[in-house]
Amino acid sequence: MFDDFFIRALVAGIGIAFVTGPLGCFVVWRRLSYFGDTLAHSALLGVTMAYTFDLNIAISVFLISSVIALILIQLQKKTNLPGDALLGLLAHSSLAVGLVVIGFLTFIRFDIMGLLFGDILAVTTDDLLVIWTGGALILIVLKLIWKPLLASTVNYELAEAEGLNPDRAKAIFTILMAAVIAISIKMVGLLLITGMLIIPAAMARNISDSPQKMVLFSIFGGLLSVILGLYSSLEFNTSSGPSIIAAALILFILSLFKIKQSIKLKN
Amino acid sequence: MNSNNNILVKLNNAGFRQSEKWLVEGVSLTVEKGKIVTLIGPNGSGKSTTAKIALGIYKNIEGTVEKYTTKVGYVPQKISIDWTLPIRVYDFMLLTETIEDSVIDEALSLAGVIHLKNKNLGSLSGGEFQRVLIARAISKKPELLVLDEPVQGVDYTGEIALYELIKKISDTLNCGILLISHDLHMVMTATDHVVCLNGHVCCSGSPSDVAKNNEYKALFGEKASQILTTYEHKHDHVHSDEGEIKKN
Repeated sequence: MFDDFFIRALVAGIGIAFVTGPLGCFVVWRRLSYFGDTLAHSALLGVTMAYTFDLNIAISVFLISSVIALILIQLQKKTNLPGDALLGLLAHSSLAVGLVVIGFLTFIRFDIMGLLFGDILAVTTDDLLVIWTGGALILIVLKLIWKPLLASTVNYELAEAEGLNPDRAKAIFTILMAAVIAISIKMVGLLLITGMLIIPAAMARNISDSPQKMVLFSIFGGLLSVILGLYSSLEFNTSSGPSIIAAALILFILSLFKIKQSIKLKN
Repeated sequence: MNSNNNILVKLNNAGFRQSEKWLVEGVSLTVEKGKIVTLIGPNGSGKSTTAKIALGIYKNIEGTVEKYTTKVGYVPQKISIDWTLPIRVYDFMLLTETIEDSVIDEALSLAGVIHLKNKNLGSLSGGEFQRVLIARAISKKPELLVLDEPVQGVDYTGEIALYELIKKISDTLNCGILLISHDLHMVMTATDHVVCLNGHVCCSGSPSDVAKNNEYKALFGEKASQILTTYEHKHDHVHSDEGEIKKN
């Protein structure tokens, strides 16, 4: 069944959409899109590490992204720089260091385009295993921290006062972000991962009135984007990662009509 | 430690410092079951900070906080909610705890906002939102209720009704209430213990003791200390619509 590269791509994409849907909602709610970008940029360093030390790419990216997230938290505590400046600093310097390291690794031929924009059609059966087991783990952990994470997203002090331990939930969520980037880097590439997280969630925001609905619509939007994007990339011979993001964008634009309608109804 | 098992939270010489500036220091107070403790004081005197110390929101504090309950309801003073999150009043009620529908309805009715149950939180007015916050806090059937200026933004008639509601909650749930209020009438008539803050504890005690205290008079003016006397004077009659005096 998984012999066909297209079927493998589809199964991989569907698995990832299930995970990026709910996590993407939290990225939108907690305004973490630039944070996601930073982790994704640092993934390049993770990939070079994987090649240098012959590690699994997903695991290596996960480790590097987690380290970058830790460094960020430390810098936030110890410096007076604003959060976005620190994120920019980490994003671009880790990208630059990654590219410099690639320059040294002359014995390996890198598919830079594949790294930046994803190469879902090259997904192997092993990758599928990583995506689906990793994805299932991420979703289970997210389910466990759902209540404190959502409550502290709405209001940190309420969550803290009523005994939900929001700091722990936030730390765990940061690790989940690193994990989702690790499992999806191969599909959409490090420049487009944040798009996969944010665009379906943004689309879902336009058409939902409760957090749970937004998560469901976001998953649904992600699945639809993967299916539409992959089939159109086959049809029009376009690159697959960007096609998926473009499909998500079309869904987002369609969802804008729903907002217009509800504004009309209110008037 | 807990010799008196009615104690819900106890602050011993507690204080909190933020970037070298003391927000409040040397506060000792005890909230017991069924009692209302009120914090009063001018702006910036550390009332909200004291409440947050009692709640455990601030962690690196001076002194100690002994807390003997985990069932806490909190109505914060300023609540900034990000409207990128779509959330209805109903979802908000379930935010930190799973609560039965009938209990939610009851709490929303008590606070007078049952008609808003399926409205989006972002579409509420300030006063409506404040009532929802109170409903949320009481629906949890807390043992300790911390109310930080709970009636801000609520219209005058609603204000009285809400304070009556708070009194009723403390009686029916037998919970302890830590209240921050600007309304000296409310403070002086319905509270068991008043703590007057101005960066530290100026004076504390029963409402009538505090009203006589000179530091209290200095903070709030001579007029404020007369509130109690005007208020404690009990009416033995009511006025009819025509202005006639009727004996009770």
